[in-house]
Amino acid sequence: MTVLADPFAQPFLMHALLAGSAIAAACGLVGYFLVLRAQVFTGDALSHVAFTGALAALALGYDLRLGLFGATIAAALLLGALGRSGRADDVVIGSVFSWVLGLGVFFLTLYTTSRSTHGNAGVSVLFGSIFGLSAGQARTAALIAAAVGLLLLAIARPLLFASLDEAVATARGVPVRLLGFAFLALVGAAAAEATQAVGALLLLGLLAAPAGAAQRLAHSPYPGLALSCALAVGELWAGLALAYAVPGMPPSFAILACATAVYAAAFAVRPRRRRHPNRPGPTLARTLEERRVRQAPRAP
Amino acid sequence: MAAADPGWSWNVFADLERIWSYPFMVAAFWAGTVVAVLAGVLGWFMVLRRQSFIGHTLAVVGFPGAAGATLLGVSALAGYFVFCLAAALVVAAVPREGRFGGAEESVLTGAVQAFLLACGYLFVALYRGSLGGVNALLFGSFLGITTGQVAVLVTVAAAVLAVLAAVGRRLLYASVDPAVAAGRGVPVRRLSVLFLVLLGAATAATSQITGTLLVFALLVMPAATAQTLTGRPGRGLALTVVIALLVTWAALIVAFYSPYPIGFFLTTLAFGGYLLARVGRTVVLRLTRVPAGQALGGAR
Repeated sequence: MTVLADPFAQPFLMHALLAGSAIAAACGLVGYFLVLRAQVFTGDALSHVAFTGALAALALGYDLRLGLFGATIAAALLLGALGRSGRADDVVIGSVFSWVLGLGVFFLTLYTTSRSTHGNAGVSVLFGSIFGLSAGQARTAALIAAAVGLLLLAIARPLLFASLDEAVATARGVPVRLLGFAFLALVGAAAAEATQAVGALLLLGLLAAPAGAAQRLAHSPYPGLALSCALAVGELWAGLALAYAVPGMPPSFAILACATAVYAAAFAVRPRRRRHPNRPGPTLARTLEERRVRQAPRAP
Repeated sequence: MAAADPGWSWNVFADLERIWSYPFMVAAFWAGTVVAVLAGVLGWFMVLRRQSFIGHTLAVVGFPGAAGATLLGVSALAGYFVFCLAAALVVAAVPREGRFGGAEESVLTGAVQAFLLACGYLFVALYRGSLGGVNALLFGSFLGITTGQVAVLVTVAAAVLAVLAAVGRRLLYASVDPAVAAGRGVPVRRLSVLFLVLLGAATAATSQITGTLLVFALLVMPAATAQTLTGRPGRGLALTVVIALLVTWAALIVAFYSPYPIGFFLTTLAFGGYLLARVGRTVVLRLTRVPAGQALGGAR
């Protein structure tokens, strides 16, 4: 390995750190609710929508970010509208996003043939280019991601209620459906942001893996939310450091590898349930579900 | 595509004769037919079991498999099978029990998918080959098919369909009502693992021809359309295969006359059919006032 220059003197690394930290924090927060609400597949769908949106913007000559945010937020709201109480059925999600992906292939062809470029635009949208962000792009990305995170924190309390017990939340006057839509719009924005960091195909890992680990390790909601956010940011830092230190390693792979390693480690420390049936279960959702089933009268 | 071709003349027989005078189109039609039958049948079970997310994950992990095999200099085919089957076994290792078993399964699926895709990107980056190859792996084409590929496809399709024919009735029982099926002595868990392995093998054999991102379209959309229209297993399976065949053949013909990739036409036709079925079903239900949800596994 060559002797590395002072990493904090490298502007591209500072831009990646600035944008990446904010993006990871937003993804960790949004992802926690995504996992809690069992909507990970929606995140998967949005990753393909982000690909199509970005390529559509490139092919038609608009700003990349416009296509990303427009497509992901619109698709998130559409998926919400197609399902009951803001949650779409997985077959509907699958059908919609495989068509959107077909559109993406169309735009990719349009772009590569009209601009006489090679397939690299598609590759960079699919797998991200966090080391290629300019100072302005990094600042914008950080601001948007911070806004997404703050908005999510602002609705966290009613959203948590609505996610864990929809029926009771509705009865207590919580606008469950509206919250579902607002949440999906935030997921869309986070997905669009994450596409710039780790690419359309890999953003699912940033949404799911830290949140999945946090769900296994923390048994109450707010510590879980904080842990998910902290894990995502920590994994991103570790990934950037790894990619900087090891020549030839793509940063998006390094970030995903760190996220997956932490998630796998969370499986290892899983408490044994059978020996203590009255102690909290492996995930918060299951704990609360069991408590609810014990307390609730039998549903018809 | 065929520059010298005079174009579609509305004389269907003459057109088909001309299309089939190209050996690559004949191979594409044969391969497309086998793919449509295989993906249709497995997709019907996948949609019935609400496992679209897993199906999608198994479909996309062929990409790192093929990229890794290219990096190591072994046959891409081996890569497809190793990765698809390994992913199927990892996902099958977590049992789906209870309402939140599904949530846990989906987090694991998402993490596996994102990590393996990141590995694919790493393999491509290490290979330093032409990045255009990524697009071929991801989006594939029906148009450069070798007889070797078709032979593998036919062998795998025959084996998978034979196993499915043997366990089909029990799998159907276990999918529709796992609790009752388990009570009647059906090995629900083992069937679930077996189904994922079959799905992995089928997606591996299919993605070597269609590319990893478009297998899923053939898995989910014809089956979703058929289950919107009929709840009966036999009729539904037959309808799925018919829709998959029609969509594939039509897409092949349209793509032959157009500069755009087949994936776009295939997904657009299939999605159009799905939308028509959904709209038609809604209209018919409104007119006849049959309560919704009577159909077995019908669109909810």
